[in-house]
Amino acid sequence: MSTIAEPTPESTETSAPLPKAGRPKLTDRAKGERNLGWRLAGPAFIIMLLVTLYPIAYAIYLSLFSYRLTDPDARRFVFLQNYVTSLTDPLFWQAFITTFVIVVVTLVIELVLGMAIAMLMNKIVIPRRTLRTIVLIPYAIITVVSAFSWLFAASVDTGFFNHWLHAFTFGGFPLDYDWFGGRWSSLTIISLSEIWKTTPFMSLLLLAGLAQVDGAMEEAAKVDGATWWQRFYKVILPNMKAALMVAVLFRTLDAVRIYDNPQVMTGGANKTMTLSMLVSNETINRVEIGMGSALAVILFIIVLIIAALFVRGFKVDLTGGGK
Amino acid sequence: MQKAAPRRRGTALALAATMAASLGLAACGSDDSAGGKKTLTWYINPDVGNADASKGGQATLAKECSAASGGKYQINVQLLPNSASDQRIQLLRRLAAGDPSMDLMSIDPVFVAEFAQAGYLAPVPASLEPQFKEDRVQSAVDASTWKGKLVAVPFWSNTQLLWYRKSVAAKAGLDMTKPVTWDQLIAAAKTTKSDIGVQAALYEGYVVWINALVAGAGGKILENPGAEGTDTKLGLDSPAGRDAARIISTIAKAGLGGPAMGGNQETESLDMFAGKKANFLVNWPYTYGALTGDKADVAATIYPRTVADKDSAPPYGGIQIGVGSKSKNPTLAYQAAACVTNQKSQAEYMAKSGNPASRKASYTDPAVLKAFPNGIAATISKSLDQAVPRPQSQYYGDISTGLQQRFSPPGAVTQQTPKSAQKFILDVLKGDALL
Repeated sequence: MSTIAEPTPESTETSAPLPKAGRPKLTDRAKGERNLGWRLAGPAFIIMLLVTLYPIAYAIYLSLFSYRLTDPDARRFVFLQNYVTSLTDPLFWQAFITTFVIVVVTLVIELVLGMAIAMLMNKIVIPRRTLRTIVLIPYAIITVVSAFSWLFAASVDTGFFNHWLHAFTFGGFPLDYDWFGGRWSSLTIISLSEIWKTTPFMSLLLLAGLAQVDGAMEEAAKVDGATWWQRFYKVILPNMKAALMVAVLFRTLDAVRIYDNPQVMTGGANKTMTLSMLVSNETINRVEIGMGSALAVILFIIVLIIAALFVRGFKVDLTGGGK
Repeated sequence: MQKAAPRRRGTALALAATMAASLGLAACGSDDSAGGKKTLTWYINPDVGNADASKGGQATLAKECSAASGGKYQINVQLLPNSASDQRIQLLRRLAAGDPSMDLMSIDPVFVAEFAQAGYLAPVPASLEPQFKEDRVQSAVDASTWKGKLVAVPFWSNTQLLWYRKSVAAKAGLDMTKPVTWDQLIAAAKTTKSDIGVQAALYEGYVVWINALVAGAGGKILENPGAEGTDTKLGLDSPAGRDAARIISTIAKAGLGGPAMGGNQETESLDMFAGKKANFLVNWPYTYGALTGDKADVAATIYPRTVADKDSAPPYGGIQIGVGSKSKNPTLAYQAAACVTNQKSQAEYMAKSGNPASRKASYTDPAVLKAFPNGIAATISKSLDQAVPRPQSQYYGDISTGLQQRFSPPGAVTQQTPKSAQKFILDVLKGDALL
């Protein structure tokens, strides 16, 4: 769009008078191109606005009401009361902490593991394609399916985890340990399945970043006598900052929305309810549309804050090409 | 470019015409498809046949009643999800959206109040009301009534029994000809090193158990059915509530509910019983049909007592048939409901699906007696007379979820749990707490 709107040397060659000062005056051709651009992209733009902005605006509007779908007559305007109730409720903070723990734990482990796999994939030459395909398999599995697999694998009756742990600890680990009977043991399995599932995604994004790093710079650092760690920390990482940020940001936002895994494995029992589950519970199960919308808006704001923090923290301008 | 334009326009026109035609056809197909015969949709909950009409489930009844209508209507079945909560959500979403296809619905009794209060159910025709109440067990009629009016049709009426192995009960010295208490059951399980199959996962089935325990001690979870959210009074914080908490906590702490008690639903507890890890089980009557192999040692009796000197309050379950208020053919839908719940259909459905009928005459039907031998049919009938439904409230979903959350995991239940659950549920109903 911007290349059409601004007059380029090519577009000014058609005998247009050059502007004297201020904003350059558009040539007829540039104007025509801009109009064509709007005509082509306009409908899509309007549809985008309708499908994204309208639901957000409607959710904000609904969040100001006490409104139960099965009791429409009792609908009343309560202004910010739903937000106050949500933010002062222990259940909200419990869900917040659960989500936060899952985000931090999975992000840190996935970053380290993903980086290791990416570096391996970057170095290995011969079965490169096969390796990348194999690494991607867990990511190709639908989350709800993988959630059930992990649920069955860790269950007391159908699972094999306990048998393995029992064998490897020479009988020290109880065979009938109920992983889904407590908060932290449940979160362990939930986090493990998340890590298993999304590390490939992380490693692929990081591999793309690694591929951008100029080999000559690494060579130069090597000649200068930099150790492996110094080369990694001072040459490779700074040069793949954009890719790193994209990977961390995407994965964080993905983890903040976590729903399928805990829903399938515990259904929110033992304080394992996440923020998304809370939103769905209020909106879908309780049909408390007002309260659910308020929670959805809060989740939306959390996502915005995280995105803003990351973009600022990494000091990367994604629109400008990364470096 | 110039030449291509008309051809492109032609393609677009053809596409538009195809779309319009298919939309038109779709509109035809949804209503009277075969020369004036109306098509009714029945949202059924999963049973023995699901959508397969050859297995004797609700799909079979739909097929038979369609044939018996003499061309007046044709019932198509749509299968609802497995769990009661998911069934409610799907029905609720469609009803709230004003879906005109909601002709007949199989509704779990606890959600009848919510649907009726929201105005989602079409009024029961006065002419058919006597037929819908005829020869029914009282608990089924109660569950179909909201604020004094019949709002749904009693279809099947479920109740939980105490299933046990005769040999193990005899070894533990239990006299099963007399009512047993939970305490006796716990002692028997301990002496015979056996588990008791119960349902204590975070789901509706756990509330079934909690309600039966509270009601068995003479208490009530909900004191004033039908009250508005802010006026609701609960009776959990009472000696009956604490009796219930004590039994759950004892079973959990002694490990008698199995290693994953807090995750057990009907299927898991049935598997424990089938695999002989448990020799006692509280579960619905389908248990007998679901067990395979030699069943000579298996017997059923009335639900265990919470306290020794009071009759137990067996859980009441089942299915009611509702007709959506936005249905295009409510009269025909109620006629279909009458066919689906007539005596012949009821006995046939009970014998083939294992789900007990709401009509009392079914319990002496030869086919039913064959499917439920050794006096089990009579025990179900007796249990239904004694059964106590879960709280009837338009906010049942909130009450149920609140209970589940505060009573989970069962190992953490203490004498304080009923009080904290009561406060929590009341806060939720007032809008002061999230759920």
